[in-house]
Amino acid sequence: MSWLPIALVAVPLLGALIAPAARDRAVTWGIAISAVVLALAVTLAAVFDHARPAAMQLRTDRPWIPGLGLRFHLGVDGVSLPLVVLTALLTFLCFVHLAGHPPAGGRTGALVVTLLVLEVGMIGTFLALDLLLFFVFFEVVLVPMYFVIALWGGAGRRAAALKFILYTLLGSAVLLIGLLVVWTQAGTLDMVALAGRHGSGIARSAQIVAFLAIGLGLAVKTPMWPLHTWLPDAHTEAPTVGSVLLAGVLLKMGSYGFARIAIPVLPEGAAALAPWLGALAVVGIVYGSLACLAQRDLKRMIAYSSVGHMGFVLLGFASLTPVGLNGALFANVAHGLITGLLFFLAGAVKERYGTADMRRLGGGMLRRLPYVASLLTFACVASLGLPGLAGFWGEMLALLGAFRPAAVVSRPLFLVFMAVGGLGTVLTAAYFLRMLSRVTHGRPVETIPPGPPLATAEGVREVLSEAGEGAEPVEPVAAAAAVAALEREPEAVADVGEAGATGAARALGAGAADAVETGQGKRPFRDVTAHELAAWLPLVALIVLFGLWPKALLAVTTPAVQALLGPGVAP
Amino acid sequence: MIAVVALIVLLPFAAAVAGLLATRLGTRNLGARSGPAAYRRAAWFAIVPGAVSAALTVWLATALARRTAPAGGRFWSELLPGRAEGTLTLVETGAAPISLTLRADGLSVLAGILVVVVALAVQVYSVGYMRDEPRYPSYSAFVSLFTSAMLLVVYAGDLIVLYVGWEIMGLCSYLLIGHWWEDRANSRAAVKAFLVTRLGDVGFLFGIFILGTAAGSFRIDDVLRADILQHAENRGTLIAATLLLLAGVAGKSAQVPLQTWLPDAMAGPTPISALIHAATMVAAGIFAVARLYPAFLAAPPTLDVLGVVAAVGMLGAALAALAQSDLKRVLAYSTISQLAYMAAALAAGSDRAAMFHLVSHGAFKALLFLCAGLVIHHVGSNLISHMGGLRTALPVTFWTMTVGFAALAGLPPASGFFSKDAVISAIEHGTGPAQPFVQASALLTVGVTGAYAARAWLRTFFGPTRIEPLAEPPPGVAHVFDGREAPASMLWPAGVLAVPALLLGLAGPMTGVEIEWGSAAVSLAVALLGAGIVYALWRAAPEQDPARLLGPFRVPCERAFYVDAAYAALVARPVLRLARGVVRTDARLVDGAVRGSGRATLGLSALVRRAQNGNAQLYVTGLLAGIVLIAVAAVVLT
Repeated sequence: MSWLPIALVAVPLLGALIAPAARDRAVTWGIAISAVVLALAVTLAAVFDHARPAAMQLRTDRPWIPGLGLRFHLGVDGVSLPLVVLTALLTFLCFVHLAGHPPAGGRTGALVVTLLVLEVGMIGTFLALDLLLFFVFFEVVLVPMYFVIALWGGAGRRAAALKFILYTLLGSAVLLIGLLVVWTQAGTLDMVALAGRHGSGIARSAQIVAFLAIGLGLAVKTPMWPLHTWLPDAHTEAPTVGSVLLAGVLLKMGSYGFARIAIPVLPEGAAALAPWLGALAVVGIVYGSLACLAQRDLKRMIAYSSVGHMGFVLLGFASLTPVGLNGALFANVAHGLITGLLFFLAGAVKERYGTADMRRLGGGMLRRLPYVASLLTFACVASLGLPGLAGFWGEMLALLGAFRPAAVVSRPLFLVFMAVGGLGTVLTAAYFLRMLSRVTHGRPVETIPPGPPLATAEGVREVLSEAGEGAEPVEPVAAAAAVAALEREPEAVADVGEAGATGAARALGAGAADAVETGQGKRPFRDVTAHELAAWLPLVALIVLFGLWPKALLAVTTPAVQALLGPGVAP
Repeated sequence: MIAVVALIVLLPFAAAVAGLLATRLGTRNLGARSGPAAYRRAAWFAIVPGAVSAALTVWLATALARRTAPAGGRFWSELLPGRAEGTLTLVETGAAPISLTLRADGLSVLAGILVVVVALAVQVYSVGYMRDEPRYPSYSAFVSLFTSAMLLVVYAGDLIVLYVGWEIMGLCSYLLIGHWWEDRANSRAAVKAFLVTRLGDVGFLFGIFILGTAAGSFRIDDVLRADILQHAENRGTLIAATLLLLAGVAGKSAQVPLQTWLPDAMAGPTPISALIHAATMVAAGIFAVARLYPAFLAAPPTLDVLGVVAAVGMLGAALAALAQSDLKRVLAYSTISQLAYMAAALAAGSDRAAMFHLVSHGAFKALLFLCAGLVIHHVGSNLISHMGGLRTALPVTFWTMTVGFAALAGLPPASGFFSKDAVISAIEHGTGPAQPFVQASALLTVGVTGAYAARAWLRTFFGPTRIEPLAEPPPGVAHVFDGREAPASMLWPAGVLAVPALLLGLAGPMTGVEIEWGSAAVSLAVALLGAGIVYALWRAAPEQDPARLLGPFRVPCERAFYVDAAYAALVARPVLRLARGVVRTDARLVDGAVRGSGRATLGLSALVRRAQNGNAQLYVTGLLAGIVLIAVAAVVLT
């Protein structure tokens, strides 16, 4: 019995209930509550007995609905601890960011409530140890995220939000069926007990059916190719904080389900379906990377990059080895940090330029916004898996897992998966560097001027020095540029063809609309703000820390995954 | 002692961190443009830790030299018998553990000295070369980061640690090639360099997987002691592993077929070319093979492949160098060619000759690049056709660069003569099936090397002066200089590097390299023949390019045999086409199915809705029909 897990769920819930009373100070309230949650999460990590991370610790087990045998069972082990802390951190950073950058749709107070409810669901999912409790928390997340996208999103937000919720609800339905199969077969909903049995008591055929259902449900969330198409739309349309939490935490709930439920509870089902999981994972890696290579919208590109990165996570799971699971869990956390940072940066770019379309961003961001562009370079380099930064270790360990998979799966097949995955890392580097080259390099005069009033002497000097090379107007007229963009839009749509119908055209439309606003409001074109730095630097620090000292994470997860797989499956 | 090794690696790293974060603190100018205070501070951050690192390396070398030799050591055990190793911690992964290990032995100290000396020279040189450069602080910080990464490769005691340094070097190379990112061409060159080397590095990582999994550890000592090297039945696995490693080596050391990034990498500032793309990073591939040499020796087919790759690369690159019109590209192709010499020596079984040539080449090629930088600084152009008659205007540059060219062509007493002779005699003693081919290629290359060195030397320093007043060039080309010679901070590093470039060869016998006078005489004669032909052509018409001796082959040589175009047509464009196809498929097919299912549901609901049209008669009819159906079912089924 420990109050910490309960407090982690209760504090944001209470905070959400009281938040409407805070009225104008809603964001401050949100920061305070999420700071308390973060402090609790850090306390959790400190109290956690690091000598035995494989054991479930700080448990709370109370009857909840006795008639159904449901229990309010929370706890934390080496698998869930990093994710709980990551969730608390990212939510806190989102609030910090929100303080300096209120949402475009207004209604800040409502957004604070929504985000706090979201945090309840996210943290609860990682703490739950009862299958149905897990499912409940898993579902709690959907509704606030729907509202985040539908109320504060971009121009195509309604369609994206609808697609998001319908798609993931469908996945959840399949997941529920799978969980019920497990319940009827094993007779318990206790995840610890189920994991301890390593599948004994459930017939092989039932295991396969249950793994298929649970796997499909989780794969929608992760997302696995070809169940990913809700993700680019949702990410592109969501506001910055929504994208960050969506990529940083929500996707992890799917992959966490694999580590917590699907693989330990149903080892024979996992063994039977692992080749399929691995195959779809590597297809996702290559497909996601190729899709990124041809993307024109920055946010959409980062969204597709998630498909590729989560492919590595799934490949690690599919190998069914401790090292593969380790890689998957490491990649999970690393992706949360890195892609969270990337979406923060993409949001910052979109806020300043009024568009995230790479063609209209032009080049020379390193000249215009040196700090944003440098951080963007850093985040991209981390995301492409450079050793020494967090992104590398997860990918490497997942590939190492595929190099020698568990004895129950075919090794030559997984060697092919490994080779394809390795090729995927090259493609990943290719699209990130191509994007950097297009957006941050080159001369800024190639862009459509977004119309900054030249407030400082430094700015005047820059424009004057550039006037010699090109023809940047000293008094740029953004409204005219936006009109020009609007005029250009029809041909752009024709160019994109049907593909444009879903995303690119919407993004263009949104960009043009924003650009008009920019022109009217004459917002200054400034480099990082204090709030942005406060929100980003912790992520940068953690990316470097986990990159240079992977043991910080691996020491916690290695014993845990060895216990999860049990003695039978490990090679 | 291992603490000293850690310091040698970490000092440049700290310098990089300080250079990136602390140069503008307190200067009241946190903008992108750095003031003189930031510039001075960055210069100190760059030079002082590098100098301390160099001093510590020298101390380490003397300490190792004083130890006694263990039995059965490798080639360096006579000169530098000692060794030290320290493990910080063991990272459990669930499979083979990663040990954060550093080690220092003769091989790493040999390479380490080269790295710190050239890096220090380049940092000092850059202070002058990058004067008035707004982004000097980040530039020098990246050079420091690169130095640290290369030293990590050199002193790594674990393959994964080595790989970490290996990739960070690639990143620094990318950042520094793209230093003048205003120009799209530089940006493209940087991306190309990173991607091509990364392609090889994936193979390298998989090779590490095989060796590490077989040994149950990624520690280099464990890997080299593993069963896989001893038992013949594991031969296939070992060959696969070493071939995969070779992919990474070919990427980093710009060997065929991954050589195409190096000439484009000359888009970076010239000191970067000297440090990264001539002396150190490109040598890392050769170093990695030497580090894991027992594994390669146990897999002869891999060495045969390496030999053929080297033979093709050395001659092809030398011919390409003969036809280039850009001075830096001449040197770039010559780097590929010289690295192929080292690879050929490794293939022939002599890591001693390879490392000897690696060190001497590092010295003289860094010297050549720094001198090229001086020339380019003066002329304001990279093109050889813009140079000429600079002998009198730049006397110091002339003499130092002459030393460099003599070493490159293998003329005595310069270091290149001795190291190249060691390589060629190693190739002569080789036993592989490709040995005659490699030897013929090596001898031909000696001649071509003499020819292109003579061409570049004559066209730069002799003949009519061709300097035209050029406009202030855009960033990314070079700076126009008004003085006669560059400032002393740029001349000194070149002068200092000229000493080892000239004299290092005499140290050869000390390390146990014997000179074979027979083969030395032959190769000297061939080199002089090549140089002589060029001289004769140049004498006949000094204003014309002696590259005309290639005749109809001149254009293919200048384009480096169209490899770039082939890759663009066979890899780059198809991948981009595929990417566009994927985006279309995603929108139409994958997402189309999703949207289609949505539409299908709506259509179905429209169908169902027809029944719910508010017509009471229809409802009653339906009700009655249902009752009848149930009644019939009840009767029939019971």
